[in-house]
Amino acid sequence: MKKEIKLMKGNEAIAEAAVRAGCDGYFGYPITPQTEVIETLMELRPWETTGMVVVQSESETASINMVYGAAACGHKAMTTSSSPGISLMGEGLSYIAGAELPCVVVNVQRGGPGLGTIQPSQADYFQATKAGGHGDFNMLVLAPNSVQEMYDFVGLGFELAFKYLNPVMILSDGVIGQMMEKVVVGDAVPRLTDEEIVEKYGDWALTGKKNRKRNVVTSLELEPLRQEKVNHKLQAKYQRMREEEVRYETIQCEDADYVMVAYGASARMSAKVVEMAREDGYKVGLLRPITLFPFPTEVLREMRDRVKGFLSVEMSAGQMKEDIQLAVGCDAVVENYGRYGGVVHTPGEIYEGLKEKLISKFE
Amino acid sequence: MAEVEKIKENLVYAKNRLLTNEVMHYCPGCSHGTIHKLIAEVIDEMGMEDKAVGISPVGCGVLAYNYIDCDWAESAHGRACAVATGIKRMAPDKMVFTYQGDGDLAAIGTGETIHACNRGENITIIYINNAIYGMTGGQMSPTTLVGQRTATTPQGRDVNLHGYPFKISEMAAMLDGTCYVTRQAVNSPANVRKAKKALRKAFEKPMKGQGLALIEFVSTCNSGWKMSPVAANQWMEENMFPEYPLGDLKERE
Ligand SMILES: Cc1ncc(C[n+]2csc(CCOP(=O)(O)OP(=O)(O)O)c2C)c(N)n1
Ligand SMILES: [Mg+2]
Repeated sequence: MKKEIKLMKGNEAIAEAAVRAGCDGYFGYPITPQTEVIETLMELRPWETTGMVVVQSESETASINMVYGAAACGHKAMTTSSSPGISLMGEGLSYIAGAELPCVVVNVQRGGPGLGTIQPSQADYFQATKAGGHGDFNMLVLAPNSVQEMYDFVGLGFELAFKYLNPVMILSDGVIGQMMEKVVVGDAVPRLTDEEIVEKYGDWALTGKKNRKRNVVTSLELEPLRQEKVNHKLQAKYQRMREEEVRYETIQCEDADYVMVAYGASARMSAKVVEMAREDGYKVGLLRPITLFPFPTEVLREMRDRVKGFLSVEMSAGQMKEDIQLAVGCDAVVENYGRYGGVVHTPGEIYEGLKEKLISKFE
Repeated sequence: MAEVEKIKENLVYAKNRLLTNEVMHYCPGCSHGTIHKLIAEVIDEMGMEDKAVGISPVGCGVLAYNYIDCDWAESAHGRACAVATGIKRMAPDKMVFTYQGDGDLAAIGTGETIHACNRGENITIIYINNAIYGMTGGQMSPTTLVGQRTATTPQGRDVNLHGYPFKISEMAAMLDGTCYVTRQAVNSPANVRKAKKALRKAFEKPMKGQGLALIEFVSTCNSGWKMSPVAANQWMEENMFPEYPLGDLKERE
C-alpha cells in the first residue's frame, strides 16, 4: 500500500495522531506555543468520525482532572499544554500516577520561569523527569526531535501508558511544535469498546459494576503500611521501565573523543555540529536520549572510559547535565552549553560552546 | 457482627442492599450517613446500580466509595466536577454523580463546579453544606455563617475579614446549563422524605439530557460545630435555614 504523506506542524501532527491512534478523549486549554493542537482537533471534528471527544476546558487544572476521569473509564485520554499549564497539572498527574491510570500528556515547552516567554525552551526537564507533582512517582518521558516523532510518539505513548498503567509525557518544545515537516501518516487504529478494554487491559475500569464487584479508582490509602506497599509496587514498575524502555540514538559515538548529549530541538542542531566538528578533524559524537525517563544511563556509563568529556546541550541552565554527571560519575568531565529563557541556540553557537567548554580543555 | 434472625412479618425497615457492610467512619449524628442512605435507596429504586458512577471528594465524604455499592472514582480536592465531566463524556449512558462538601465544591473547586454547571454536563452534584471544613477539624468554609465560631474564626466569622456566606446554589441556578437546583435537609422524617423525592429528580433529569442537576443538603457537623447531635440539628434549623432556605431554586425541562 502506498504510504500517506502529509506536510504538518508538530502540533498539528499531535492532533492528527491522536485521532488515528484511537484516542477517546482530548481535554485542553489554549496556551502558546501549542494551541494548534486543540484548534486542529476542532477542525478535524473527530466526534463525527471515530467518536473521539474533544473538550475545551476552563483551565489546565480541569483538563488534567477530566483526563483522570476519562482514563478511569479505561479510555485513551490525553491533554496538551505548555510550561505554565503543565505546572497547574502537577497535582492531577500525581493522582493519575497514584491511581495507576494511563494517559498521554504533551508539554510543548516555552521559556520561564513565571509567565516567561512564548518562545521555545527546554527548562521543564526537572519537572518532567523528577518533580511532575508531589510524592514518589515517575512519568515515562518521551522526547521527540521531529514532526514525525511528534506523530509517532502519540501512539507509542498510549501503548506504554497502558502497558504500565502510568502517565506518559511527551516532552517537546516550541521549535518542534511550530516547525513544518513531512510526516508519514500511519493507518488509523479503531477506538476500543468497553468489552475490548476489559479483555485487553483487565477489569479495573469504571464501566458500571454489571456482573462484577464494584471498581474504585483511588490514590487514597490511609494506612501507612499499606501505602508503603503501594509505593513499593510503583517503584518496581519504574524499575521495570528502566530495564525495558530506555530508548536513544547515537551519531558517530564509536570513535568519539567528545560526546554531546541532547534531546528534542537541541539534538537536531547538535547533529549538525557533529558534521561541522568532524570537518575540522575533531572526533565528536552525539547521544540523543529518546526517553528522558528512563534515562540512557548505561550507555553513558559504557562510554565514559573511552571518551574525554561530555557536553550537555539543552535550552536550559543545565538540567539534564545532572543526569549525565550521575551516570558517568563526578570525576568525569561533563560541561553544558545552552541559550535559554526563550533563546534558541544556533549550530554555530553550539560548536563555539563545544570548543570553548570542552575541546579547549584537552587540545 | 452476628446475624440477627429476622421475622419477615415484623420487618418494617431494612438497610438498603446497596449500602455495604463497611463500618462508616462518620461521626454519630452527622448528616452524611442519612444522605448516603438516600443515595443508595434512590439508585436501587431506579434500577441503576450497574450504571451509577460516583465521584467522591476530598473531605469527610472521601471514603463514600466504601459505603455505596457502585463504581467510584476518588477525586482531587475540588476537582470532582472535572472528573465527572471526563467520565460522562466518555460514557454518556452512565449515571454520573459527584458527592462534595462546601469546601470542596464552593472554595477550592468553585471553578470546576461553575463551569460544569455552565457547560450543562449531564451529571448530578450532591452538595453537602455543613458550613465548615469537617475533615480537617472544623475550619471556616465559604458557607460558614456570619459570627459562627470555627477553628480559624475563633471570634466568629467577621465579614470585614472573611466576606459573606457563599450561596453557590443560587449562582448555579442562574446558569443556563443547569436543569434542576434544589436545597434540602435531612433533619426530620418529613424532610428526609422530601429530600428523597428531590434526589430522584436530580438523578433523573440529567439522564434525560436536560443538563446538570445540583442538590444541596444543608447539613450538620456536630463534631466540627462542637455540639451534641440534637443541639446541632436545632442550631441548623435556627441559624442555617434562614441563610440557606430550603426548597427548589430552579426547575426546567
Ligand atoms: C489541595 C488540597 N488542599 C487542602 C487539603 C486539605 N483538606 C482536606 S478536606 C478539606 C476540607 C473539606 O471540607 P468540606 O469540603 O466542606 O467537606 P467536609 O469534610 O466538611 O464534609 C481540606 C481543606 C487537601 N486534601 N488537598
Ligand atoms: Mg463541609
